[in-house]
Parts: sequence; C-alpha cells; structure tokens
Amino acid sequence: MDWVYDLFPKLHAAIEGWLRSILPPSIESAGVYIVMGVLSAFLLINVPLILVMVLIYMERRLLGRFQHRLGPNRVGWQGTLQVIADGIKLLTKEDIIPANVDRWVYNLAPVLFAIPVLLVFAVVPFGEEIYLTDLNIGILYIVALTATSTIFVFMAGWASNNKYSLIGAMRSVAQLISYEVPLVLSIVGVVLVVGSLSMREIVDKQSIPFILLQPLGFLVFIVAVSAELNRSPFDLLEAESELVTGYHIEYSGMKFGMFYLVEYIAGLAYSAVITTLFLGGWKGPILPQYVWFVAKVLLVFAVLIWIRATLPRVRIDQIMGFAWKFLFPLALINIFITALEVLLWPEGFPAWLVVVNLGVALGLLVVMQVLFRFPGATRHVVPQALVGRG
Amino acid sequence: MAFRTEPITVNFGPQHPSTHGVFRMRVTFDGEVIVDMEPVFGYLHRGSEKLAEERTYTQVITLTDRLDYVASMSNNLAYVLAVEKLCGINPPERAQYIRVIMAELVRIASHLMGLGFLLNDLGAFATPLMYMFREREKIMDLFEMVCGARITFSYMRIGGVAEDLPPEFYPAMTRFLKEMPGYIDEYEALLRENEILLARTKNVGILQPDKAINGSVSGPNLRGSGVPWDLRRADPYEIYDRFEFDLPLGKVGDTYDRFLVRLEEMRQSVRILNQAMEQIPKGPVRASVPMLVRPPIGDAYAHVEAPKGELGFYVVSDNSIAPYRCKIRSPSFINLTVLRDMVLGWKLADMIVIFGSLDVNMGEVDR
Repeated sequence: MDWVYDLFPKLHAAIEGWLRSILPPSIESAGVYIVMGVLSAFLLINVPLILVMVLIYMERRLLGRFQHRLGPNRVGWQGTLQVIADGIKLLTKEDIIPANVDRWVYNLAPVLFAIPVLLVFAVVPFGEEIYLTDLNIGILYIVALTATSTIFVFMAGWASNNKYSLIGAMRSVAQLISYEVPLVLSIVGVVLVVGSLSMREIVDKQSIPFILLQPLGFLVFIVAVSAELNRSPFDLLEAESELVTGYHIEYSGMKFGMFYLVEYIAGLAYSAVITTLFLGGWKGPILPQYVWFVAKVLLVFAVLIWIRATLPRVRIDQIMGFAWKFLFPLALINIFITALEVLLWPEGFPAWLVVVNLGVALGLLVVMQVLFRFPGATRHVVPQALVGRG
Repeated sequence: MAFRTEPITVNFGPQHPSTHGVFRMRVTFDGEVIVDMEPVFGYLHRGSEKLAEERTYTQVITLTDRLDYVASMSNNLAYVLAVEKLCGINPPERAQYIRVIMAELVRIASHLMGLGFLLNDLGAFATPLMYMFREREKIMDLFEMVCGARITFSYMRIGGVAEDLPPEFYPAMTRFLKEMPGYIDEYEALLRENEILLARTKNVGILQPDKAINGSVSGPNLRGSGVPWDLRRADPYEIYDRFEFDLPLGKVGDTYDRFLVRLEEMRQSVRILNQAMEQIPKGPVRASVPMLVRPPIGDAYAHVEAPKGELGFYVVSDNSIAPYRCKIRSPSFINLTVLRDMVLGWKLADMIVIFGSLDVNMGEVDR
C-alpha cells in the first residue's frame, strides 16, 4: 500500500523515465520538457474541474438538506451524474448573442474570466511534492491573479448592454476592490509568522495549523473570501431577488456555464488557499497527503455552503461599511499583534500563545460587535429635479 | 472631481423573481437610490368581475378562488357572505364555525408564504422559505381533507359549506395546533436574532399611520403602522365576536413591524382556532338553499378581514340567476397604492424588501 502515499511523484518519475527511453538523444531533453509540461498543465486544469463537479454536487445536496428537501437525486446513483447532465444541457443550448452587445468584449469575458482562477492552481501544493511550481512569491501571485477577475466581471456586465448587468458590474467593482484590502492584510499575519511568501514554506512551517495561531486573521480572511467569491451574504453582484443574476444575465448556453463553472473554480481555489494558509495544507496523519488536502478543501467549502444557506443578504452600503469599518481595523490589529509576537519570540512561539490569541480574537470580536453597527436605514432626499424623470 | 451622472430607468418585471407574479415597476435610479417609481399592473387581468356576470351565483365561488390564490378560503367567505346578506340567508352555526376555522387556517398559510417570500427577497437563499412551507404543507393537507383541493378550494357555499369536516380532520388539526406555536417561536428567534435581518428591515420603508389611512391601506400593513383596525373586531362578521384574540400592532410602521405583526397574527389565529375547535357545535353544515339562487332586486356589500386586508364583495342583483354586477374590493390592489411613496429615496435592495413586506398577491391586484 506504500505506493498510495507517493503516487504522483512516482508516476511523474515513471513517465519521465519512459519518455527518456523512447526519445532519441538529440531531442530528449526538449521532448521530455514539452511532454511533461503539457501533461502537468492538462492535469492542473482538469483536476480542479473534476473537483468542481464534486463541489457543485456537494453544494446542491447540502443546500437541499439545509432546506428540508432532497436536492438532486435522480441522475445516476444519488444524483451524482446531475452535474454532467447539466453540463450537456448547457452545451446543447442555443447560444444567444443579444443585438446590441459589444460583441468582442461580450464573447471574450467568459473565456478570460476562467484564466486567472485556473492559474492559481499552479502554486497550490496538493502534497509535499505535488505542485507545479514553488514560486517564492506564491501567495502574492494568487492575490494578484484573483484581483483581476474584477475586470472580467465588469467586462461582462458592461458589454451585455443591460441595466441589471450594469448595476451588478458597478456593485462588483465597488465590492471586490474594497474586500481586496482586508483579504490581503489578513494574509500578512501568516506571512509575518512564516517569513516567506512561498505556499510550500507556509505549509512546512505549520507545526500547528495557523487557524489556532492566527484566529483573527482566519476570520477576516474567510469573510473577505466569501465576499470575493460573491457568496451569500455578500452576493450583491448576483442578488437574485434584486438583479436576477447580475452581470451574467444576458449570457446563455455554455457562456453562462463558463461563469457558473468559474465561480466554483474560484470557490475551490480560495478553499485551497484557506487550507494552505490556515489549516495546515496537506498535513495530516495516516491518509495520503493529497487526500488530506482535498478533504480539508471540501470542509472549507462546506462551511461556505452553510453560510450561504443561513444568512440573508446585506445592502450595498452595509457591505462597504463592513469591509472598511469592521474587517479593515481587525486586519490591522491582527498585523500589529502578530508583529509584536514575532518580535518577542523570534525563535518560535510558546504553546500558551494559542490560548492568548484565541482569547484576544474573541475579545476583539466582542468589542467590535459593540463598536460596529450595520448602517441602518437611510432614506435619501430625492432632489425634486429628478422626480418624474425617465 | 465631480462626476457627471445621470439617472437610469430600469424595468423591474413583469418577469422578475421578486415581483411575486407579474408586477412591473418602472424605477428611475440615481446610482442605487430610487428617485422615481411607477407601478404597472394588469398583466394578470382575467376579467373576473365581468365573468361573474355570466355565471350563476354558486358558480362565481370558483372565480373567487382565483383572486388571492394563496388564501382562497377568505375569498370564498367574503363572496358567500355578500350573497347571503343579499338573500337574507342565515347559515347554521356549525357551518359558521367551520368557515372561521378555514379562514384562520388560510390566514396562517398566507402569512407563512408572505414571510417566507419576504425573507427570500432579503436574500436568504430559500432556506426560511422552505421552513415556512413545511408548515404550510400541513395546512394544505388539512384543506385537502375537507375539500379535496389544495389551492382552489371552492369549499364555501351559499348558506354553509360544501361538506362537513371528515373524522380524520380532528386528530390532524389537534396535532397542528399543538405544534404550530413552537414553529412560530422558531421563526421569531430567526427574525429577532439575526443582525443582518434587523439591519435590513428596521426603520426601512416606514408607512406613517395617517398616510396609511389616507391610502386606504388595510390588513397587517395598516396594523404594522399602529392603527388598531381589524374587521374581525370593528365589524364582526360570522361569529368572530365569540372569540378572544388580541390585535398585534406595530410601533414604527417599518418593514420589521409588518413582519412582526404577521408573525403575531399567526399566534392569534392559533388562539382563535383553539377556541373554535373547542366550541364547535354539532348540527347541519348547510342551510336549505335552492341550487339556483335568485336573490331579490337589491345590492349588498360584505367584507372580511382577509390575510392581506379588507376584502369586500359588492353584489348587485336584478332577480336573475346571475349577479348584475360583482365588484371586488381587493386589499392587495389598494395596498399597492402607497408603494411609490414608501420606496422613493430608498435603495434598490430596500425597494424589493418594502415591496415584499406589503405582501401583495398579483392574482388579487389584477382580478
């Protein structure tokens, strides 16, 4: 059974050895480089896609259970093939391009949208030796890539030439950029402790999961992530009851499917980042590392589903207030505390610090709970000049 | 730097997930703030009032089912009350009790649906809605027992009700009445303890009592504004004067108050149901009324406190077998008239919630 544990490195070595044995020496190194590169890229794109199918199935079933219903249970055993059936349906649907759209931007948006989230997986360590590359700026690379998705959301919303999608896109720009700030700042705590931006090193340094050492950072991060992912209670850009589906309202067929898919890939990517940063990545006893990693990713995503099934949506001014007045100060305090701790114990933290950090996080949450209030009802005075227009 | 902005006009509906049917709002936004709103309806117009003139008095009952299709029992009741008033028929006591029981059950069902969809409009992804439907389902089962239908009941008749309560109704009803208060507490906990929900509903969409009265608003929307007006109290029809119940009133008149009033009304309905089930006498359920009712020349207006407000039927007879005129005063339609005043100056998300909190039913608005 030992082969299970280092399945992927052994597979890699075997394929490489076989390639070297069949290729003529003149093109050996180039051939191996190209074939292995293509293979890795193929795996790296398709493994997340398969995991996304698991996520979609999980979301629909879990939501069903949360809501006193069954969820999909007809196609395949317990509805497991439902996602594939839906995919086929989307592929065979008519692709409608409305008359007045900006055709180039409209068609490009769903394609470009998929690129950054897929690129994230290049630096995610699925196991000790299972990763495409170990960038020394790993986490910065992820943050930079995912920040670009705002542009594609706006492209889709703007090009659709639809008022709902325009409002959705405008909201997305405001929301995603605001939540980028606490998101990045909450990572700083982890980076301070580790002293490196590399995803591998972050996992290596976690003798205990950082969720215990950085509870405040974790909370800020997971809230900011659910805003970045447009998930409830921050799903303002899609806001079904307000904007129908927001920025992708005019997309049909597989173009809609792309947006749907990419949202889940982003969910997977951020779950993987949370797992890596705060839950010890691939670390865990007995089971193979990649199994641990996937299990933790699914657990994180289950929490996001749980939040979605529970909370109502916040309003646009409340969501901005929450980012700047609640998460931002907490993230700053977290950086300050972590920096202090790193200064005091440069050689590693004592174990009792876990309790202190948890206590500090809880205390701060209570304090912020008192200090921060969602902006209540504000009725704007409508300028008389505007009444009756339109 | 000053931006040059201009307001945009967006059509909400008639096909929109939160217009509760086919309602259309032409909204002009300045950013996210509403500067103008024009309600457009009539997409579901079926000409019920005209159709009623072509049908016998008994057949019109089936038309009333299609008005407020989540609370058909109340519609039946209001219509048969009007015809009975016109003919001077007195239904037997047991029939009156059964009618009250049905009307109160349908009030709970309608409020459950109203609250569920309001929470859905707030963005809670269907979960509260499904919880509310869990209980609504039990009420639907009860209705299925008494009349075989789940939506279009046509259960009331001129001079009584169609059938007596079946024996299996009693244990099911007892169980429902025992369980329901616990569920209402559950909803209340959900409502009072969720900070996002409070932030979204408190002080949002305030309807001042004088504006409500001027707009002829009725039902939970009026009581949410603190006006103690309930036809069950103000003009007791049937046997409502025999029951003890409170009128839940709001203090501020905001969305949250309307929410709470509906919740509390469900409690009061359970209270009335408990009393009615205790007091219900034995006896016939239908007065002897000819199949073809031929009321004397004249007119009559009867109104009931339907779940959405004052539902009235004005029936004019020319001593033929069909009504000469059947005017329906539907609460949803009249409650909608204050919507524009309520949403101006609020944000897009608030507008959806305010509209949801009025709990209108398009079948009744368009008739």
